[in-house]
Amino acid sequence: MAAKTNQLKVTLPTDTTILLEREFDAPRHLVWDAMTKPEYVKQWWGPRGYTLPSCEIDLRVGGEWRYVSRAQDGSEYLFRGMYREITPVERLSYTWIFDVAPFNENVAIETVELEDRGGRTYARTTMLWPSKEMRDGHAEAMQDGAAQTMDRLEELLATLA
Amino acid sequence: MHAFDVLGDPVRRRLLELLADGERPAGEITAIVQAEFGVSQPAVSQHLRVLRESGFTSVRPVGARRLYAIDSAPLQEVDDWLDRFRRNWEESYEKLDDVLEELKGKELKKKGRKGNGR
Repeated sequence: MAAKTNQLKVTLPTDTTILLEREFDAPRHLVWDAMTKPEYVKQWWGPRGYTLPSCEIDLRVGGEWRYVSRAQDGSEYLFRGMYREITPVERLSYTWIFDVAPFNENVAIETVELEDRGGRTYARTTMLWPSKEMRDGHAEAMQDGAAQTMDRLEELLATLA
Repeated sequence: MHAFDVLGDPVRRRLLELLADGERPAGEITAIVQAEFGVSQPAVSQHLRVLRESGFTSVRPVGARRLYAIDSAPLQEVDDWLDRFRRNWEESYEKLDDVLEELKGKELKKKGRKGNGR
């Protein structure tokens, strides 16, 4: 419906950040709920083909979040972090760790900012890494993970054929 | 050198930007970058060398001048990476759109039940 106006924009504003920008066709308090309540996060977090069998959110400064992402082949990955800043409906900042060695040594800071646009919501997500190597390393880790999943799926399909 | 390391430097990014509209002589882009960044001519030459050796640019001599142009293959590598990243997030956000539609519906129903005053 509003597909064209809700284009996702991904940019690399500095050597250590990735910036995601996207509008949503819903008021800000609903976007906030969908992003901070486990029963809703479970329904959308992660690319297609991945599910979120476990989602724990302790929404207070110092509280932790833990998401378990499950790939189609059944392999599971833990993502976790701790809330640093919470301004309800407006701003959320937390540490972000992909808990798979050796990547779990890299702690990123993710900040989500929501802006009211007359009943619609503009969301800006900044991912900040301690170094450029870690940012790029993360990207490659995610990419390899997805590629491996596809490879395994292909192998499985080959055995079924 | 990895594409991201090459692009990590602001002087090199600026040099590529200057070549975005087409081939230009080394002397011309060097002078621009020297003025903008306050760096020496040998320093800019060094950056041009990195761009050349990593395949980001190609060079052809015309008389005494060396004309630099962008070679798009390594830039494509970065684009591919970003594309995949973007696709993953786009997929998540499309699911989020669905969740939001559902929440909007629920809220409307709730308001309806409460009557017009909220």
